[in-house]
Amino acid sequence: MIGYFLKNGLDARVRLALVVILAIAVLVPASNLLLPESSPFHVPTYLVTLFGKYATYAVLALALDLVWGYCGILSLGHGAFFALGGYAMGMYLMRQIGTRGVYGDPVLPDFMVFLNWKELPWYWYGFDHFAFAMIMVVLVPGILAFVFGWFAFRSRVTGVYLSIITQALTYALLLAFFRNDMGFGGNNGLTDFKDILGFNVQADGTRAALFALSCLLVALGLVLAAAIVNSKLGKVLVAIRDAESRTRFIGYRVATYKTFVFTVSAMLAGLAGALYVPQVGIINPSEFSPANSIEAVIWVAVGGRGTLVGAVVGAVAVNWGKTWFTGVLPSFWLFALGGLFVLVTLFLPKGIVGTWSEWRAKRKATPPSDAAPAPAE
Amino acid sequence: MNANVRRLARSALLILAFLSALPLLGATAKAQDISAAMAKFTADSYSDTVAAIGEVASSGHPRAAAIVQAIQDGKLEFDTASKTVAIRTATGVVDAATGDALATPPAGLTPVRANNRVRSVLAAALGSLTLMSPNPAKRLEAAEAVFKSRDQGALATIEAALAKESEARVRSAFEAARAAIVLHKADAGEDARLAAAAVLKARGDQDAVATLRGLPSDTPKRVKDTAETAAKAIETSLAMWASVQNAVYGVSLGSVLLLAAIGLAITFGVMGIINMAHGEMVMLGAYTTFVVQEVIRTHAPGLFDWSLAIAIPLAFLVSGAVGVVLERGIIRFLYGRPLETLLATWGVSLVLQQTVRSIFGANNREVGAPSWMSGSFELGNITMTWGRLWIVVFALAVFVGLILILKKTPAGLQMRAVTQNRAMASAMGIRTPFVDALTFGLGCGIAGIAGVALSQIDNVSPNLGQSYIIDSFMVVVFGGVGNLWGTLVGALTLGVVNKFLEPFAGAVLGKILVLVFIILFIQKRPRGLFALKGRAVES
Repeated sequence: MIGYFLKNGLDARVRLALVVILAIAVLVPASNLLLPESSPFHVPTYLVTLFGKYATYAVLALALDLVWGYCGILSLGHGAFFALGGYAMGMYLMRQIGTRGVYGDPVLPDFMVFLNWKELPWYWYGFDHFAFAMIMVVLVPGILAFVFGWFAFRSRVTGVYLSIITQALTYALLLAFFRNDMGFGGNNGLTDFKDILGFNVQADGTRAALFALSCLLVALGLVLAAAIVNSKLGKVLVAIRDAESRTRFIGYRVATYKTFVFTVSAMLAGLAGALYVPQVGIINPSEFSPANSIEAVIWVAVGGRGTLVGAVVGAVAVNWGKTWFTGVLPSFWLFALGGLFVLVTLFLPKGIVGTWSEWRAKRKATPPSDAAPAPAE
Repeated sequence: MNANVRRLARSALLILAFLSALPLLGATAKAQDISAAMAKFTADSYSDTVAAIGEVASSGHPRAAAIVQAIQDGKLEFDTASKTVAIRTATGVVDAATGDALATPPAGLTPVRANNRVRSVLAAALGSLTLMSPNPAKRLEAAEAVFKSRDQGALATIEAALAKESEARVRSAFEAARAAIVLHKADAGEDARLAAAAVLKARGDQDAVATLRGLPSDTPKRVKDTAETAAKAIETSLAMWASVQNAVYGVSLGSVLLLAAIGLAITFGVMGIINMAHGEMVMLGAYTTFVVQEVIRTHAPGLFDWSLAIAIPLAFLVSGAVGVVLERGIIRFLYGRPLETLLATWGVSLVLQQTVRSIFGANNREVGAPSWMSGSFELGNITMTWGRLWIVVFALAVFVGLILILKKTPAGLQMRAVTQNRAMASAMGIRTPFVDALTFGLGCGIAGIAGVALSQIDNVSPNLGQSYIIDSFMVVVFGGVGNLWGTLVGALTLGVVNKFLEPFAGAVLGKILVLVFIILFIQKRPRGLFALKGRAVES
């Protein structure tokens, strides 16, 4: 059944993207680990980590595209779910440090010793087990999204209002995680990680494996999102996006559909955050800043809202641009990013992938079966 | 009638208190002769020195202060053989008791020695002696010190000082100090102690509560009960003042929120445009103030007190012009697509921030306060800065001005017409694109004016606007979109609630609680506190 779905359930664009992503997931680590450094095809480790970071961003963009592109929920707080997943992973990694910390305390992380805490707070229990941490990575963002969505969608908070309160949500979390007595390392966050599942996080092999995992997560996310949007449920989501009241009058429970897709999306974002943290080596409250979440929105907008593949393309393209700009013309990055926001909304409302599909469709003069449904307000 | 009786009783108590103190005064008068004490200094023993200091300090002798100060400075010297006690001055040696210069000082003069016990006695004695200081500030300070120490030995000096005191402020401090001593004096007589409790109650601060509560366990029940009642009364009044202070500070914070949000109430509330660059309009206003002050500093320093008045119209023009360009250049293509507008204006905000950072640098810029805005004043138990007060006044003035523009001018009429029914307004001959640009410019211009005020209380940096954007949206959404009065009530409510939460939860947690409260509130009332009713809701 799964094989059938992969063959027939996915449209050509997603299939192509899957092939490319899986190829990268194999080729980049292989070239990093197997080829000598002198080889022109050798990918240095820092690039592997950088691409791995892009991949986790791509998953975040994918999660956002699922709710914004297909259900019309513009979340300006998706970074919060990403960061929560990251914190769950960070807590696991902190517990793995053990006695190798600066203060050498076998149980308490350094910052707790520094703050004169005597014992581990209850919410840190269990995070020394990888499986428990992984469950939390998915569960914590999921529960937050479920509770938030339950309240918000039930009382029919929509459009701009919803965007603004999601922003308030991530802002409130930002302020909360800045507090030292929250027990999450305050301003500095969690860092100084040593190893993950017994492997050194700095080692080339671990980094390559994390990269491959990130790419696999992109692929999985793509399949999951495609499965959702191509199912009957996905059609209802699009209906909600395009005419919420009408869908409700027909008899669908709009709030339930929205809560479902919002929760799934938040869990996906949490997973992305969990893979992000061991690769960049730190998680701190700035990940909650509203600006980060809005930046994720622009990745989706650039790539093409409601195209799934577009979210991946957009995340990688914009972040590659950011890396390039901050290296060459650091002061111009914000100009470029700001300009991107303006130009994309004004001139490229369908994003790269959407515009390309349209152009190809026009050239063929026959509408391809996989034409993206035009996002409408 | 009843009140009169009570007043009479109170006077009677006071008189009794004076009467009971009289024997002590008599004792003071008798102790003017300090020769016995002076003899003790010559004994060269610490315990005699301590006793001598006590006697001198409580003697009320005119030279007492000079003698004690001399011991402190190590200038008091004695000669055992001739029983001379003298003070060494810059010019020579004077007799300690009389102050007359000694023509032939004895050869064996040695300084009076001090150990820790002597020094502590010295400090207490000096404290009670400065009660007689000619400087009122010194006397006040000394009275407070006695009030806190409740040193029984200082009672006589306090009585003497009180009799001479003419300045009201110092006098009441003396009275409080005497009351504190009398209250704790076991042999003072019950009525005197009750009167003392009444005096302490009138003082009414946290120290008075501590004094009233600190009575030893063997105190008569009547005194203890009265003291407890007085302490409770003081605490009640203190709690009331704390509430008043929270309310006043809350209104002050609310007025800041109002200033930041009021422009948004026009662009978002009335026009429905999500302007994420609103904070940057505020920031531009603040930088305009900075530039105006720089120009004034270099060219016309005399005009500095007018700098804010000059900056206000300029800030309005700068931010308003940027707003008009933004509306004509970007936003008008996005009408009816609020989420796209949100993204595009966010992009604009990034560009504006980076522009300002490139021109003025990333650091905070110094914006000075004109003389009429610096300093503070006291209102009851509350301290308030003039700057804060002016911002409250200014915020209300801007609010009233805006209401008048919208309700009483032809331009305001057109703005309301266009936002309520664009097609109809257009049919009536209103140039709707022009009015759109004008309205948006007005909202942004007011944000610029807010920036002038906020430059006085916040750091002027490129990030200034970002810290206000979320708060502003919260205020507008909470108050109800499309309703200026809602914005006023919303801003003041959030300000006051925030300040009342702060003592319990701390500043950051208080803010988080407010945010969570708003998130929940929007669930209940998605259209805010004062929602529009009728057809306007449908659009």
